Amino acid sequence: MSAAVLVSQRADAWRVLRTVGRWVRRNPITAAGFAIILALIFIALLAPLVAPYGADELDPSNVLAAPSSSHLFGTGNFGEDIFSRVLYGARYDLLIGFGAVAIGLVIGCAIGAFAGFVGGAVDEIWMRIMDMLSAFPGFILAMGIAGALGPSLRNLIVAISLVNVPIYARLMRGSFLVVKRSQYATAAVGVGAPPLRILRWHLLPNTWTPIFVQATLQFGYAILDAAGLSFIGLGVRLPTPEWGVMVSLGIERIVSGEWWVSFFPGLAIAVAVMGFNLVGDGLRDLIDPRRR
Amino acid sequence: MTEPILEVRGLRTAFSSHDGPVPVLDGVDFQVADGEILGLVGESGSGKTITALSVLQLLPAAAQVTGGEILFRGENLLELDRKQMNRVRGADISMIFQNPRGSLNPLYRVEKTLEQVLWTHRRLRGGAARTVAIELLADVGLPDPRSVLRRYPHELSGGMCQRVMIAYALASNPRLLIADEPTTALDVTVQLQIIELLGRLRREHGLTLVLITHNLSVVAELCDRVGVMYLGRIVEQGPVLDIFDAPRHPYTVGLLGSRPTVHVEGDELRAIPGQVPDLRNRPSGCVFHPRCPLVRPVCSERAPARETVAEGHDVECHFWRKVAGLVETGRVA
Amino acid sequence: MSRRLDGGDQRAEAPAPPAPEQINAILEVRDLRKVYPVRRGLFGRASLVAADGVTLTIDAGETLALVGESGSGKTTVGRCVLRLEEPTAGEIVLDGRPVSEASSSQLRHLRHEMQMVFQDPLDSLNPRHTVGELVAEPLQLHGTVPKDMVREEVQSLFRMVGLGPQHVDRLPHQLSGGQQQRVGVARALAPRPKLVVLDEPTSALDVSVQAQIINLLRDLQRQRGLTFLFISHDLAVVSLMAHRVAVMYLGQVVELGPKATVLEQPAHPYTRALIASIPVEHPLQTRERITMRGEPTSPIDPPRHCHLVPRCPFAQPICSEVPAELVEVMPGHSTRCVRFQREHRNGEWDP
Repeated sequence: MSAAVLVSQRADAWRVLRTVGRWVRRNPITAAGFAIILALIFIALLAPLVAPYGADELDPSNVLAAPSSSHLFGTGNFGEDIFSRVLYGARYDLLIGFGAVAIGLVIGCAIGAFAGFVGGAVDEIWMRIMDMLSAFPGFILAMGIAGALGPSLRNLIVAISLVNVPIYARLMRGSFLVVKRSQYATAAVGVGAPPLRILRWHLLPNTWTPIFVQATLQFGYAILDAAGLSFIGLGVRLPTPEWGVMVSLGIERIVSGEWWVSFFPGLAIAVAVMGFNLVGDGLRDLIDPRRR
Repeated sequence: MTEPILEVRGLRTAFSSHDGPVPVLDGVDFQVADGEILGLVGESGSGKTITALSVLQLLPAAAQVTGGEILFRGENLLELDRKQMNRVRGADISMIFQNPRGSLNPLYRVEKTLEQVLWTHRRLRGGAARTVAIELLADVGLPDPRSVLRRYPHELSGGMCQRVMIAYALASNPRLLIADEPTTALDVTVQLQIIELLGRLRREHGLTLVLITHNLSVVAELCDRVGVMYLGRIVEQGPVLDIFDAPRHPYTVGLLGSRPTVHVEGDELRAIPGQVPDLRNRPSGCVFHPRCPLVRPVCSERAPARETVAEGHDVECHFWRKVAGLVETGRVA
Repeated sequence: MSRRLDGGDQRAEAPAPPAPEQINAILEVRDLRKVYPVRRGLFGRASLVAADGVTLTIDAGETLALVGESGSGKTTVGRCVLRLEEPTAGEIVLDGRPVSEASSSQLRHLRHEMQMVFQDPLDSLNPRHTVGELVAEPLQLHGTVPKDMVREEVQSLFRMVGLGPQHVDRLPHQLSGGQQQRVGVARALAPRPKLVVLDEPTSALDVSVQAQIINLLRDLQRQRGLTFLFISHDLAVVSLMAHRVAVMYLGQVVELGPKATVLEQPAHPYTRALIASIPVEHPLQTRERITMRGEPTSPIDPPRHCHLVPRCPFAQPICSEVPAELVEVMPGHSTRCVRFQREHRNGEWDP
C-alpha cells in the first residue's frame, strides 16, 4: 500500500473522529447515555473474561464480607462475589430489556399500523382491546401474567412485552392517523401507488420516529419491571444473577448493616435505566431527516 | 422630513445557531414620518418580519439585535428595560400579524380579548369597556359589533378576524401600527376591504403605518413611501411613485417585472433567475449580485454604498445609473 | 397589441389555443356534485354542498381555469376529477374513458393519465425520500419505462423543469420552494398524463419564483400540447395561463367562457366583483370598485335561487324567485345571472 493511500486513510479516520467528537461536544448528555449503554453491552459480552469469580461461585467461609480489594462489591448470603454477579447480571437485564421491548414493539406496531391504516370498525375494535390491556397498571398486569405463567426468564420477557404492546399500538396508530392525511400520501394515491406500497414506502418511514424514542425510554421501564417482578419472586429464579433478584436477596441485610448486597445491584439498575433515558431524547434529533 | 416618528439606523439582528450567529438583518436604515404609510417589501429571507419584531423586541429566543439603533420619537428602544418596553408596546407601537385567526386566543370571546387590552392601556372595565369595544369594532367596519363581541375566533371568518385584530391593535391608541402581511391569508374580495379599511383609518385617525408585504399591488394601493428589502438590507427606498416609475435597483425592477398582471393577451413574465440564497451563505459584496443582470466584477468584491438618486430616494447599487437607462427602454437585460 | 384591463398597452404573446383539427375533449365533467353530511346542533343533520352540479369540458392542449375564492368548491372539483375524493354524484370522463365509474384497480391504471400538482410543494413531497425517488415512482409503478432507463428518464425530466442532476439525490427540505414545485411538476409529467390538474401551484411561492413557474408551465404546454385544469384565486395568474375560464361561487359555476370575454366583458356580477377587487398595479391607477356586501353565505343547505342575492348590488326581486341555471348567452359563454340572461344585448349588460 502506498504511503499516500495510508495517509489519506489516516486523514479519513481523523475526520470521522472529529465529526464524532463534535457531535459528542454538542450533545454531551446523549453521548453520556450512549457511553453507558455501550459499556453495559461490553460488560455483558465480556463478563466471563472480566469477572474475577464465577456467577455461582460460593465461598461459605467468606459470607457477607464488606467490600474489599478481593471482593470489590463484597459478598452475599452464601459468599458469592457481588461484583462478578453484577457483571453477569448485565446479560440478563439487557436481554430482558431488549427482548421485551422488541417483542412488544413488533406486535404493538403491527396492531397499531393495521388499525390506523384500515380505520373504521377494525380500528375501533382493536383500540378497545388495547384500552382494556392498558387499564391495568403496567406492573400489576405483568405480575398477573408472570404469576399465571410461572417464574422463569422466558415468561418474564413475555409478561413485560405484553404490557408494552398497547403503548406502541397507540403510538403507531396515532402516527398513522396523521400521516394518512398528509399531502404526500394523497400525492402517492394520485400517482397510482397501490395501498400496500403506500403503507410500506410512504407511511411507515414517517411513523418510526416517535416509536424509536418511546422504545429507548421503555428499555428503562422494562428493566425496572423485570427487577421488580424478580424482587417479589415472580421473575427469574435463584441462583440466576439478575439484578432485581439480587436486590431482593439483600433486603433483610440492610437492617443488619450489610448494605452492599442490595446497593450495588440497585445501582446497576439505576445506571442502566438512566443510560437508556438519556439516549431516548437525543435519538429523536438524530433520526429526524430535517437535521441532516 | 420633519422629525420622523420612527427612525431605524444600522439595525443588525442575528440568529444563534450551532455553527455560530447567522445574520438576518445586516444594517437596516429607514424612517417613518408622522401620519405616513411606509411599505417594506421583500420576499422570504428579506428580513422584513424580523425588522418588525426587532422594533417591538418580540424576537424569538434564538434571535437578538446585535447592533444599531431604533429611535421612537427620539428615544432608543434598544436601551429600554423590559418594563419600559412593555409600556411602549401597545401604548405607542402596536402590531398586527400575518395569520389573523392564529393571533387571537381561541379560548376567549372577542369581548374578553378586547377588555384585556382596554384595561391594561386605558384602565377601562365593565360597561365602559364594552362601549368602547363596540365603537372600535364598528370603526373597523364590522356590522353588528354586539354580536361579534360574544363570538369566539373560530366562529369568525378570516376577514372578520383580521378586523378584530386591527381593533385590538388600535384599542390602546398607538401612534404607530406595524402590519405584517395583513392581507395575505385572505380572499381577494376581503383583501380589498382590509386595504380600504387601513386607508380610511389613516385618513380619519391620522394613523402612522408600517406595512410589511411581498405584494407590490398592496403597496401601490396604500403606501406613501416604499423600502425594498433583500437579504437583510434595504436596497432601495423612496416615494412610491419613484419606486414604481423610476426604480433604480435591479431587484426592484425584477420584482416589478415579474408580477403577473391581468392582461387579456398574456406576455412572457420577466422572472428573476435563481433563488434567494440561504442566510448562511451570504454572497460577498452586493448581496444581489448572483442574480443580477448587470453584474460586474466589482459587485462581488465591494458592497455598494447608499447613494441618493433624488430627494428622498436612495439606492444601493454600483450601477444604478445604468438601471435608469434600461427601465426606459422597457427591458432589464 | 394586447389590451390590459386598465387600457395600457403591452406587447402580445398569447398562449396559442389548440388547432381546430386537433380539438377533442380530454376531460368531460357532467353534473358533478360533492356533498358532505354535517351535524347541526345535537340531532339535526344537514348537507354541506361543496360542489353543486358542475359541468365543464376541457379540450386537448387547452387550459381551463377554475377561479374562485375559498369555499367556492374549486379545489373540491379538482380532487373529485382525479377521484382523490369520491364525488357524490355526476360523471367524469377522461378521453372517453369513465373515471367516476371505474373500479379501484381500473382507477389505479387510469391514474397515470391524470396527474396533479399541489399547492404546497413541501407538503406534497414525502420528506423521507429523495426527490429523484419521488419522481421515479410513477415511472416504476406504471412500467412505461424499462427499469434500466428509469434513472435517465428522471434526469431528463429534471432537465425539462429546469433542475440539474445534482438535485436528484436531495431531500425535499434541502430545496427551495421554487425548486420543490419544479419537482412537483416533474413528478406530475413523468407518466406523460393526458390531463394535469394544478391546484394553486404558485400561491405558496414568492413573487419572483411564481414568475419562473408560470413561464415553465407555459413553455411546457406550448412544447408538449399539455392539457391543464388550472385552479387559482389569482386572476392575474389566470390571465396568463388560461384559454377558458370558469368562475365558481359556493360550489356552482357562475360563469364560463373564453378568457378574453370573461375578463373584459364579464357576464356575472361576481366575476365583475372579482375583477374589480384586484389591487391596482400602479399607485396612480384607479379601478372601478364594486362593493360586494358582507361575507359569502353558508354552503349548508343552499337555496335553489341565485346564491349571490344577499350580497349582490344588482339584485332584484326576480333573483330570489326563479332558480338560477347556467345558460349560454353567447357562443361558448355561459352565465348563471338571471338578470344578465334576460337583459343582455349581445353580451353587454348595464345593470
